[in-house]
Amino acid sequence: MNALVASAKKEGTLNVIALPPTWANYGAIISAFTAKYDIKVNSANPTGTSQDEVNAVKQENGTAAAPDVLDIGMAVALANTNLFAPYEVSTWSDIPTAQKAANGVWVQDYGGYMAVGYSSKFGTITSLNQLLGPQFKNAVALNGNPTAANAALNGVMMTNLAEGGTPDNIAKGVNFFAKLKAAGNFSPISATGATIKAGTTPVVLNWDYLNLGSYVGVTNWKVFVPSGVALGGYYAQAINKNAPHPAAARLWEEFLYSQAASGGQNLWLEGGARPVEQPTMTTNGTINKTAAAKLPAVTGTPVFLTPTQATDAANYLAANWAKAVG
Amino acid sequence: MAVAATTKTGARLSRAGRRPPTPAWVGTVPFFAYVGVFLLWPTGIVIVDALKNPNGAWTFSNISELGNPLVRGYFIGSFKLALLSSVAGAVFGAILAYAVAAGDPDGTVRRLYIAVSGVLAQFGGVTLAFAFLVLIGPVGLLFHASWYFEFPWGIGLIYAYFQIPLMVLVFLPAIDGLKVQWREASENLGASAWQYWRHVGGPLLMPAFLGATLLLFANALSAFATIQAWENQIAYVVPQQISTALSSEVGLTNVNVADLLALGMVIMVAVVMTGYALLQRRAARWLR
Repeated sequence: MNALVASAKKEGTLNVIALPPTWANYGAIISAFTAKYDIKVNSANPTGTSQDEVNAVKQENGTAAAPDVLDIGMAVALANTNLFAPYEVSTWSDIPTAQKAANGVWVQDYGGYMAVGYSSKFGTITSLNQLLGPQFKNAVALNGNPTAANAALNGVMMTNLAEGGTPDNIAKGVNFFAKLKAAGNFSPISATGATIKAGTTPVVLNWDYLNLGSYVGVTNWKVFVPSGVALGGYYAQAINKNAPHPAAARLWEEFLYSQAASGGQNLWLEGGARPVEQPTMTTNGTINKTAAAKLPAVTGTPVFLTPTQATDAANYLAANWAKAVG
Repeated sequence: MAVAATTKTGARLSRAGRRPPTPAWVGTVPFFAYVGVFLLWPTGIVIVDALKNPNGAWTFSNISELGNPLVRGYFIGSFKLALLSSVAGAVFGAILAYAVAAGDPDGTVRRLYIAVSGVLAQFGGVTLAFAFLVLIGPVGLLFHASWYFEFPWGIGLIYAYFQIPLMVLVFLPAIDGLKVQWREASENLGASAWQYWRHVGGPLLMPAFLGATLLLFANALSAFATIQAWENQIAYVVPQQISTALSSEVGLTNVNVADLLALGMVIMVAVVMTGYALLQRRAARWLR
């Protein structure tokens, strides 16, 4: 570890990409890393998608500006494993087997559950069917186009599960959005902090850690996870195999998976995301209990889409989404 | 001094046949080099990649994508939006340009209009879409436009916001070219205002008007950031679908299909340009 720190400090720089400062507490994580190791962090294209990250690895391959580390959705991670270097962090054994590649080319890092965030002017919402009511005119938005953005695809999948659909067939979710559209309640603009502050997207389907009042920047904001629908999703870390700063990249991973009070796992938790080592940390007592208690309540058996289920859902959406809501 | 000497002797030398005169095409090299690097080369890449599969082998299966009703829908959407916003922008912009041209050529009003048009013609993207959303969106400050999210009306209105000023800028010189004497002459001959516009002003301005409309059409066709910020949960136009094909994180990326869609846009512009050339020839018949 000391040798790693020494060579990382010698490199002096780390290139990260597509990490919005308010997303899962990344702003604080980056400053904490720089403060601890005195390594400069270049944060490129903070609003980019997972695919943008992979595109940057390919297009900037061999240059000093290429991303060292990636934080990507599982679909993109599994499709591009040939671009990544295997690495096992020192807390490797604390990461559940299902949440890491056996050879360490990708490791899930943090995640959450699909949730409905809404302005408290609507009172209390407890079921998705309430969203079909007349007071929600033009109110209900996703975080992007579900054929392009993973969070939006999972938003549709959440309504699918709530409507009695299965993870294998997203049709009932698309049907729910057709009903929302027919009721005039579907809002086709992508929800951002700005649209929420302006009041134009008062109901947003998104991951719970992106749907907190603190994240979207409004105080009168509530979150609920539909009863019995625990649709989870985790992002994954990967190291560019041709990283311009290989030691700094590995030190960054060690920092992210550290269980220290001010390590990456607890910092993600403070940002409302559920770190992958949370079960172990709850048992061994290293978890930040205050932050853990603030997470929205989830009931039911957690569901994680398999790669096949995610692909099937994407293909169904490619053919039917525009017809349902266009 | 050295330059002057060369010029003098250069003429004599070339007459003597010892230094052949520089061929005329040499002067065009910078232009064609520029066009080659920034237009022909990228277009060539798009065409070649549109005919390949993701593994780099030749295939025509991408072309069949054009028969997909969804893909056709994006092209129809692009065409509708570009046509609506270019025709509306051209008509209103031309009227506005005429009003401006009728004023004092050195007056404050005219200078103000040109300056403001220059700024607004460049106003687009997220800021513009957000401004409209906040003003006339579902919970707008001015009023609640129920049709704001209807394609192509809402986005057409937003596009008009930069199309009209652009039309003012490109059409004003043509109107300035209309001489007051022509109007006086036709009035002296007893022509009504309608007759003047039908037989003199209209035909004179038509080639410039069509050219400017084409510019507006291409401008609307290639715009991406504004419509993406207006509505992005559904793709209405080709550039939005190209974006999905390039950066979908749910596994629907296909660079070659993106290239094919781009090729489709190139063909679309080529068709419109041909139509324009035919119309132009007809409109400018009196010039020959």
